[in-house]
Amino acid sequence: MHPSSSTGDTTPSLIIIGHGMAAQKLLEQLVALSPDRQLPWAVTVIGEEPHLPYNRIQLSPLLAGETQADDLISQQADWFSLHGITRISGDPACQIDRAARCVETASGRRIPYQRLVIATGSRPALPLPLPAHLPQALDANDWPPGLMGFRDLRDVEQMQAACRTGAGHDGNALVIGGGLLGLEAAEGLRKGGLEVTLLQRSERLMNRQLDDVAAGLLEQELSERGLEIITDAHLEQWLETPAGRITGVRLKDGRELHAGLTIASTGIRPEITLARAAGLACQRAVQVDGHLLSSDPHIHALGECCEVEGETFGLIEPIWAQIEVLARHLLEQATPPYRNAPLATRLKVSGIDLYSCGELMPHPTDEVLVYQDHALGDYRRLLLRDERLVGVVLYGDVSAGNALFEALKAGTPLTAIRNDLLLMPAQALAQLDETPSGPPNDPGGRATHQNTASQHPDRDTTPDTFEEAA
Amino acid sequence: MQVRNPPDAPQPARCRATTTCPYCGVGCGVAVELEQDQDSVRIVSLSGDVAHPANHGRLCVKGSALAETLSADGRLTMPQVRDEAGVLREVSWETALDLIAARFADLSRTHGGESIAAYLSGQLLTEDYYVANKLFKGFIGTPHLDTNSRLCMASAVVAHKRAFGADAVPCSYEDLERAELVVLVGSNLAWNHPVLFQRLKQARIDNPLLRIVVIDPRVTDSCEIADLYLGLRPGSDARLFNGLLAYMADRGRLDRLYLKAHTQGFDAALKAARREDCSLAAIARDCDVDVERLETFYYWFATQLHVVTLFSQGVNQSTSGTDKGNAIINCHLAGGKLGLPGAGPFSITGQPNAMGGREVGGLANQLAAHMDYETPGARELVGEFWNAPNIPQGPGHKAVELFAAIERGEIQALWIMATNPAVSLPDSTRVRAALAACPLVIVSECMADSDTLAYADVVLPASSWSEKDGTVTNSERCISRQRGLLAPPGEARHDWWQLAEVGKRMGYQAAFGYSGPHAIFREHARLSGFRNVAPRHKAGSKPLAASSIRRLFNIAPLAELDREGYDALRPIQWPVRRGEKGELIGTLRLFEDATFNTPNGRARLVPVTPQLPHQALSDATPLRLNTGRIRDQWHTMTRTARSARLMNHRAEPFVELHPQDAAARGLQDGALAQLAGRDEQGSVRGDYRARVRISHGQRQGEVFIPMHWNDHFASHGRAGALLAGLVDPFSGQPESKHGAVDVMPLPCEWQATLLIAPGVWGGHEDLAGAMTELEGCYWARIPQATLVRYQLAGEGQPDWALWCERHLSVQAGLWAQDVAQGGISAAGFREGRLIWWLKVTAGAARSDRQPNIAWLGECFASDQLSALERRSLLAGRLSGQADVGTMVCACHQVGELTIRQAIQSGDRCVEALGARLACGTRCGSCLPELKRLVEEERSDERTDSLEMA
Repeated sequence: MHPSSSTGDTTPSLIIIGHGMAAQKLLEQLVALSPDRQLPWAVTVIGEEPHLPYNRIQLSPLLAGETQADDLISQQADWFSLHGITRISGDPACQIDRAARCVETASGRRIPYQRLVIATGSRPALPLPLPAHLPQALDANDWPPGLMGFRDLRDVEQMQAACRTGAGHDGNALVIGGGLLGLEAAEGLRKGGLEVTLLQRSERLMNRQLDDVAAGLLEQELSERGLEIITDAHLEQWLETPAGRITGVRLKDGRELHAGLTIASTGIRPEITLARAAGLACQRAVQVDGHLLSSDPHIHALGECCEVEGETFGLIEPIWAQIEVLARHLLEQATPPYRNAPLATRLKVSGIDLYSCGELMPHPTDEVLVYQDHALGDYRRLLLRDERLVGVVLYGDVSAGNALFEALKAGTPLTAIRNDLLLMPAQALAQLDETPSGPPNDPGGRATHQNTASQHPDRDTTPDTFEEAA
Repeated sequence: MQVRNPPDAPQPARCRATTTCPYCGVGCGVAVELEQDQDSVRIVSLSGDVAHPANHGRLCVKGSALAETLSADGRLTMPQVRDEAGVLREVSWETALDLIAARFADLSRTHGGESIAAYLSGQLLTEDYYVANKLFKGFIGTPHLDTNSRLCMASAVVAHKRAFGADAVPCSYEDLERAELVVLVGSNLAWNHPVLFQRLKQARIDNPLLRIVVIDPRVTDSCEIADLYLGLRPGSDARLFNGLLAYMADRGRLDRLYLKAHTQGFDAALKAARREDCSLAAIARDCDVDVERLETFYYWFATQLHVVTLFSQGVNQSTSGTDKGNAIINCHLAGGKLGLPGAGPFSITGQPNAMGGREVGGLANQLAAHMDYETPGARELVGEFWNAPNIPQGPGHKAVELFAAIERGEIQALWIMATNPAVSLPDSTRVRAALAACPLVIVSECMADSDTLAYADVVLPASSWSEKDGTVTNSERCISRQRGLLAPPGEARHDWWQLAEVGKRMGYQAAFGYSGPHAIFREHARLSGFRNVAPRHKAGSKPLAASSIRRLFNIAPLAELDREGYDALRPIQWPVRRGEKGELIGTLRLFEDATFNTPNGRARLVPVTPQLPHQALSDATPLRLNTGRIRDQWHTMTRTARSARLMNHRAEPFVELHPQDAAARGLQDGALAQLAGRDEQGSVRGDYRARVRISHGQRQGEVFIPMHWNDHFASHGRAGALLAGLVDPFSGQPESKHGAVDVMPLPCEWQATLLIAPGVWGGHEDLAGAMTELEGCYWARIPQATLVRYQLAGEGQPDWALWCERHLSVQAGLWAQDVAQGGISAAGFREGRLIWWLKVTAGAARSDRQPNIAWLGECFASDQLSALERRSLLAGRLSGQADVGTMVCACHQVGELTIRQAIQSGDRCVEALGARLACGTRCGSCLPELKRLVEEERSDERTDSLEMA
């Protein structure tokens, strides 16, 4: 058996702080890659939520009533005991003692580690300006009543409760933030029976992923379903009760919007309180190298709380890639380092398919290819630069998304299939694969693929192994 | 046959009938299966008539598609008269006919009968022609009745008359199969007479000794079966055959006995030939052919008795076409290669009833029934037979002259039947001006989209093929019934009826009171025998009675046919006589007894001085322009364009030219080009715009364009507008094969394919308006089964979204654009139904991605498109569907890319392609193209392997 609460135990061990999707996926990957699926060392995972690990991405369907809470659970409790993993839940880690290589939990447990993985994820960011009653700290986790984020199961439960009670205020809800999560929260609440108004600061919805046309299509579709959407909405002041309950907002144009429940979905903030306190190198998040190693050679960081070459993460795909690297790295299996790559956003907003990758805003010299079907609601916009795909926005028919993304990542010149690229992209790209062609003459674009091993030459990236530590 | 008035039959009944094809001069028999119920009859299947001697069951692609051309849409169904505001208004037949009769009577009184003219067609049946000839020449008293046959074989007619004393084609098709040498001169038989070509091809398989020589400036598909090809300089035919005559004389290959006993004029003809250097080298130089090939041809011709020289428009359409014909006939007479099985000069006519028209005298220089004005006693004989008061004194204006006379105001009324002179005549822009100025233009026509209708003051709706009932005579003198199987739509009426009704209204009830086509035919047959004395068989036989005129054309025994006998008439070749048991006997071959129809019974050799084309090349017009037919179209396309598959072979007007001529002018294959000629004053003549086809079969310095396109199918597709109206002095046939032009790239900034559901554009005006707004410089209209396809090109940068909304009835429901490349794809829908589809590409080069029109056609026909179909729509083909390329096999709809792929994957011959793809296995018209593709692909392989080595 593994130590769970004792201190000073010297059995080689791995601790993961945080038990969100990234942590769980890392555990599964470690099991999968271990010889005979037996982890070679003791593993402890410490989560602040009381639940079994669940699929956070499924929170939106859960809110929309399209799935059940039980279906979100990715592993049952016995999975952990089967693989000898100690699972601590509802008892968040509160300190990392790097000197002692020990993690302390809120309940006072101290657990030693040889290797530590910080996977604390992120928190919803509070919209600015902050409500008057709130401590003037941007990283405050205590939100005033009537205002909440949309991040975990507890949030969903609260929102569902609000739907049942009509949000306690004429059945009105306000969602701030027109990104994916905000839209899904708004749609979920609307389906739950509330009158929902969505505020988006930008002139269009999902302004990081969609161009004007696609965003317009999305807005039209959602508006037709009954969602009230206000774009170009700049928050001037919160409406609060004397007790500090949020009851709405006033916009810069003078409009006041009242709501029993306000959801803020204006981005995320990496949760790095512990890491920063432990003195790890941090910018926006914990700085790690291609093997997800922080400035402390015994400590890794992963997912939304880490930062690679100045980039932080919010989508599943790069995090999965990080996990692949980290799991092999921890198991001392050879692996190329993780490197940042272009990202594709494949999204389903309440039944509407969207796909976006690469650059969004065309350069003046880019070629813009546009396809639109007004009846089916299909929209496709491709950006070409020097015969290569640099940006894709798909709305409705996203079937070619992955093929386009591959072509974008590969930087293949598309001259040969130019005629069909816009009108039947999947087929055209398949045709391109069949045609043998010379190497793309773009060494500049390819160089980034190679020398990632020496990303941090000034840092000792040679991991000390568990054996060494032992 | 009594199909049109079936006995009361409650159940649909099926029956079979035979008729003849309305297209080329081969005159194939057609068998149809008809289904009839109480109020209608329709053709349910159509095939070649195995019992017809012309085709023995074969049909070409045009003939096979006949049933596809019969829909009632686009037909004229009511008489129309242009009102004072210039608008054609529907009127009753009574009104239209009364008006014509009154105007004719009026004109006869004020300006004389000669102010009235008719312009007829080889599409008319013999009965129509006969009534027209009788009305105009016999009763209105005008000699000005000519026909579009003038453009086709008038030179051969004169050549025959000069040589034989009668317009008589000596041969039968069977002679092609019995010959040892067949020479095709100026004839692309493979495309223009496909069934004869198939017969010749089979003959070559059956008789390995049969050799075939093709003489043509262009390497055509007929070369597929050639043992020897002479790609001579255009217009040098007479020099070639004069040289042959000298060669035969020099090599002792003359038939001196035959010449002495049966001919006259040999010495003069030989002397004329020898006026130029008759060495092989000199002739080869003048004709621009290889000297060894030349000698091979001469040797083969001179040493072989059983030679058929088959000639067509390449010889006839020339300012010296008559002489060329005689140069050919001279060689046959000099070698005694005539009147024998498998021997003779053989003029193949272009039209189904060119011969029938000649039989009744339907040319301006003829009077009637193979009698001319200059034939002593002919006017009196015909006048007596018809009891006609007004027989003209002498010949009238031949086609080109006729329109010049109209231009001069000498002709005040013109009745046009079954032809489209606004397109088909040379210098057609001038012809149009003449038509516009003529005070009364009557047009009898089946189709509503004939360019000539724009000039009509009176439009008479005519019956069409499958409705018309009468006889035709093909190129081998074979008279066949073309039967009326279906009722004409609406108020459409037979041409003979229209003429007879006018005749009756002009007071000639007795002369025109025909009860039906059989009555006309009987009268025609009777006239052919009226005071006709059988040709004498030996010298010294009884001299002719003073009032008799000997004519070779005699079908008098057919005058005894009653209606049943006429309906049951089997194909028979004239002259026709009664056998000992009273049976009808036709004539397979003429002049077997070497007795000709000249006064002394001898054939004449005609001295020929070779002449170059009269349309002169110049710095401004350095290219020789050749015009002709294409495989799948007929004349001005009013009928063939109704079959989608016939439109696929060559969908747009094109110009074929040699790679070096193209390169020198910066012309890319598939791009658009502009052709113009110059008139005598140096002004631009014509403006023809077409797709470039670069062809190695084209001689350098020469271009070829098709004759078919007109204002209903292309913006600038009239070949005739480029040609000068220069004619042969004897035959009046225009020089349509020898224009002088230059070709330049057509400046355009964009090209587009536009597909429209039928009815979105009501008429020509919609297209014209839409193109005006586009700065359009080119369009071609390509009707398909469920849509109309347009190819467009133009300048500027149109606002396509606005244009679509304004001109295509609904705005785009599907839209794609590629701004940098100027590409737009869009489609419009009405209630979920696709009603238009547009693809625009920037630049002048042809887009290498052609949409799959067949699949898009299905989309146009679909009530509800699936999401997959809709999402594939702008790409122009269903996701996963291959691009098949240009249509090659029209019957089985097999495209060029498919064929090339099959060849590359191992189908190395035409037979293997047929086994895999079925292409070429039905009508066989595409076999030469298949063979060419096989050769091209295999030569590419060879080139590749050489390069690799």
